[in-house]
Amino acid sequence: MDMNVLPRMHPDNLTEADRRLVAAIQHGLPLVSHPYAELGAQCGLSEGEVINRLAALLADGTIKRLGVVVRHRELGYRANAMVVWDIDDAKVSELGHCIGRFDFVTLCYRRPRRLPAWPYNLFCMIHGQDREAVLERVRQIEQHCGLAKVPHEVLFSRRRFKQRGALYAPVQSGMPR
Amino acid sequence: MDAVDRAIINALQEGFPVCERPYAAAAEQLGITEDDLLQRLAALREQKTITRFGPLFHAERLGGALSLVAMRIPAEDFDRVAALVNAHAEVAHNYERAHAFNMWFVLATETEEELQATLRAIEAETGYPVYNMPKLEEYYLNLRFAV
Repeated sequence: MDMNVLPRMHPDNLTEADRRLVAAIQHGLPLVSHPYAELGAQCGLSEGEVINRLAALLADGTIKRLGVVVRHRELGYRANAMVVWDIDDAKVSELGHCIGRFDFVTLCYRRPRRLPAWPYNLFCMIHGQDREAVLERVRQIEQHCGLAKVPHEVLFSRRRFKQRGALYAPVQSGMPR
Repeated sequence: MDAVDRAIINALQEGFPVCERPYAAAAEQLGITEDDLLQRLAALREQKTITRFGPLFHAERLGGALSLVAMRIPAEDFDRVAALVNAHAEVAHNYERAHAFNMWFVLATETEEELQATLRAIEAETGYPVYNMPKLEEYYLNLRFAV
């Protein structure tokens, strides 16, 4: 799922300063020459402290990446499909990694089956210029990863209702102690 | 959007410097000025080509609960159910897909208990069962788009 979606939560593994920084940065970096100084002014940290904490949060993976978040439809990726496979549990990890190596796959996760209605346990997202491009990419995956005989379905999107990050709930007691 | 805008989008999906003047550093890599980069980013945001310029969080590491949820809704009842589901603030995004399982949304809550409570509320309000499919293992997450 999109990881620019943030749970509404009170994370317990961050320092008070980190929480204020995360709350300040979630809406985006200011478009000014010294953006980290401006963020710091919003959350009571110096420019140097913001830079150090952001570098640490990036290094430990709490922030996966800093940069632009694009709207894929506006960029011409008009078709998007969730492709799901029913894969032997013993092989799902290996095949998940195989699928994830394609550069057009934006995410690839194992999820629970919901039998009998839903037998699929491996999910990936594929975006393409149109439906045929997406289907061609599914065929490439099948050939490369040996999935031709594995049951699968391609679920194209019809409508998108909401695409926004859920808001990070500022910590109630989030002021500096 | 011109070639420079495309170069900016491609480069800044990969990452952004963490230093005192990060736009100046990124602009230098792109062969443009800091002012030009700031103006173009503002314009791309205005055009809604980019939604945000900022962090991509590892949600689980921040705490909280996140899940993908599916529902099977008869076509004639879809819009009514979509309105009920989308009214929940915990629903981060929702897609209609071409399948018997035609509604797919992401729930994001502070705790697992709240996630379960939201699922029960949606079932009670809509009259249809929900199929909760939380991530068990992640093999890949990229979300970069070449332009």
